[in-house]
Amino acid sequence: MRSVASIAFFIALIISSAAFAVQPDEVLKDPGLETRARDLSRELRCMVCQNQSIDDSEAPLARDLRVLVRERLTKGDSDQQVLDFLVARYGEFVLLKPRLEWHTLILWGLPPVALIGGMFGLFVMIRRSKSINPEPAVLSKEEQNRLSTLVESRASDH
Amino acid sequence: MMPELGHYALVLALALGLVQSIAPVVGARTHDAALIRLANSTAIMQFAFVAVSFAALVICYVTSDFSVATVFENSHSRMPLIYKFTSVWGNHEGSMLLWVLILSLFGAMVASFGGNLPATLKAHVLAVQSWIACAFYLFILLTSNPFLRLPQTPAEGRDLNPILQDIGLAIHPPLLYLGYVGFSIAFSFAIAALIEGRIDAAWARWVRPWTLMAWIFLTLGIAMGSYWAYYTLGWGGFWFWDPVENASLMPWLAGTALLHSAVVMEKRNALRVWTILLAILTFSLSLIGTFLVRSGVLTSVHAFATDPTRGVFILAILVMFIGGSLALFASRASALKQGGLFAPISREGALVFNNLFLTTACLTVFVGTLYPLALEAITGEKISVGAPFFNLTFGPLFVALMLAMPFGPLLAWKRGDLLGVAQRLVAASGIGALVVAVVFAVEGGQSVLAPFGVGLAAFVMVGALVDLTERTGLFRLPLTTVRARASGLPRSAWGTAIAHFGIALSMLGIISAATWGTELIAVVKPGQTVSLSDYELAFDGLIQRPGPNYSEVVAKFKVRSGGRTIGAVEPSKRSFSARDMSTNEAALMTRGAGQLYLSLGDAGNDGSVAIRFYYKPMVMLIWLGAVVMMLGGALSLSDRRLRIGAPKPAAKSALAPAE
Repeated sequence: MRSVASIAFFIALIISSAAFAVQPDEVLKDPGLETRARDLSRELRCMVCQNQSIDDSEAPLARDLRVLVRERLTKGDSDQQVLDFLVARYGEFVLLKPRLEWHTLILWGLPPVALIGGMFGLFVMIRRSKSINPEPAVLSKEEQNRLSTLVESRASDH
Repeated sequence: MMPELGHYALVLALALGLVQSIAPVVGARTHDAALIRLANSTAIMQFAFVAVSFAALVICYVTSDFSVATVFENSHSRMPLIYKFTSVWGNHEGSMLLWVLILSLFGAMVASFGGNLPATLKAHVLAVQSWIACAFYLFILLTSNPFLRLPQTPAEGRDLNPILQDIGLAIHPPLLYLGYVGFSIAFSFAIAALIEGRIDAAWARWVRPWTLMAWIFLTLGIAMGSYWAYYTLGWGGFWFWDPVENASLMPWLAGTALLHSAVVMEKRNALRVWTILLAILTFSLSLIGTFLVRSGVLTSVHAFATDPTRGVFILAILVMFIGGSLALFASRASALKQGGLFAPISREGALVFNNLFLTTACLTVFVGTLYPLALEAITGEKISVGAPFFNLTFGPLFVALMLAMPFGPLLAWKRGDLLGVAQRLVAASGIGALVVAVVFAVEGGQSVLAPFGVGLAAFVMVGALVDLTERTGLFRLPLTTVRARASGLPRSAWGTAIAHFGIALSMLGIISAATWGTELIAVVKPGQTVSLSDYELAFDGLIQRPGPNYSEVVAKFKVRSGGRTIGAVEPSKRSFSARDMSTNEAALMTRGAGQLYLSLGDAGNDGSVAIRFYYKPMVMLIWLGAVVMMLGGALSLSDRRLRIGAPKPAAKSALAPAE
């Protein structure tokens, strides 16, 4: 079968197969824990899917991860401990929001740098345009005379 | 016969395109009017030949001619006619043909309706348009020929991917491409202006309607794609920050910035260099989007490396057009003088603010989409950048934009009065603050962001209405004057207010569906009833039903609310034998602006079935808002057309009142 990704449009990439993810038997009895599990699931990538979180994916691997997350939570892990555990096991690829480290510096840094840089650039431009464009110069007497003759000659044409 | 005809027509279009790439440029140099005029006929004939080629492919698909490789791979004789038709562009080769069909259509439109353009500018625009067209004709003919025949004709086709067998395929891709490709006109105008070295406010006036048209289509195309994903995916998400979605969002963000900066250029002759750059960048992002989707680089960097023919070809096109245009820009931009001074607090200033934040938002999406690919290609490290990243980085930028949005249209050109505008927005801010308080109280303080977001949406909506009441003098002046003012108000002013109102509507829908949506995951047996929010769902059982090219298991449910039955929903699972794939058809029931959403999971042996049942309040506002934005754009477009169509604008301009 041709890979779904080769199909034209953005919808095709998202859907590996339309079905739903979290199965009824996975849901934890404790609603507080279940909410935490769902929130964590949205931050974790189904590693065999294209850009799907394990919360959205119906792949068997995603199911395993969902069950794993719930196991750790039931054992009393904090959210951070669950994430750390998964990163240690599967690598950083599992996080949909990469951590700020040296190799993600550009990813996290570029947008704010661009925004601040843009603001600074605009500030400089405004300052400069003010300094090179002082108040409009007053016409000299000679120029004023020439202007009036021109205006008069235009007026007499009509 | 048909495939050969189509193939031949495309080759002829390429030949015409080559002529059009050179003749008008030479004509403009040597002041040869005949050569310049030639571009008009070649542009129209190019479109005619591509249309013949496209029609030939359509006939191959509709008549299920499985001797053609792409038809065999993507069609089936028992498919309904509409899907036989839409599967023309439900695959790589055919979608590229649709791409060039739209490209040549825009070229023909410039040739036909660009009568008011200076002859040399028009000649250059058509030439640049033809350069792009030729590159893509070559791409299709050399790497993605949709007309290739198979040595032996198979008896039956392999069927279209079942996920694409949906009315969404008829609507979403053509709209999206009209948007993507429509920005090529702005690009061609920018390159033509750089070649001629002359650029003024009139340029912005010519280029704006084309940009607006592309923007309208792209807005609608993205919204329709989002709705399609929403009802097809089975879990009711509407935006996934998927690279392919981002590929369409980036040109939209840049194009929106371009629309706003072109206003400044047209009205005040300022931001000229920046506007030209944005026109180049917007179409470049469309090309990058095409590369991302078409090359297979998204699936994996390695897949791209193993079969790189198509990818490398598009990459070459990218480098040639983006690199070439930016080099031209760099060499000519310094010659373009920045005109029209303005104070930081002014309409221009507000539009610059808009541009700064929109382009930063665009950059954020760009980095987030491409960084993982670049990192893997360079160091081999694999990271994921998904929804949590984008929500965190893109969200604040958009909040800032929304906060500033009501101020912009109320500020005066050149030098605005921020305090005065703030006073006029007192009602809007008051209502916004009130909404925050009410939502916070009703919600019981569960979330801080949601009340603030709803309040912000209310602020923008009321702000858009304030803009209109200020301009028409409603509540201040006698009604007759108001009516006269309202009819005298330029349509673009109405368009601005309506479009701003629309984006606030979308925002409201997103917040509401994401925050107050409820969900129930359960296994139900026939006769069992489950409840969610104010709704009860009674399961009647499963039935089998045959379809034209699939068989489906349908689950029958009754929906009750307040003790009375309000309707039935029938989600189903379809199995397509040709590809051995199944799809999940969610059932939707619209309640006001909200929706009930029901999708099926696995069926048990005892007639039970797993369900996922959602109530999504106000979710329809997301797409309704996009339609409102589109209507605002359309209204503004009708205004420009009237103005441009006006005979001898120069003679009238002396008397026309300033806006």
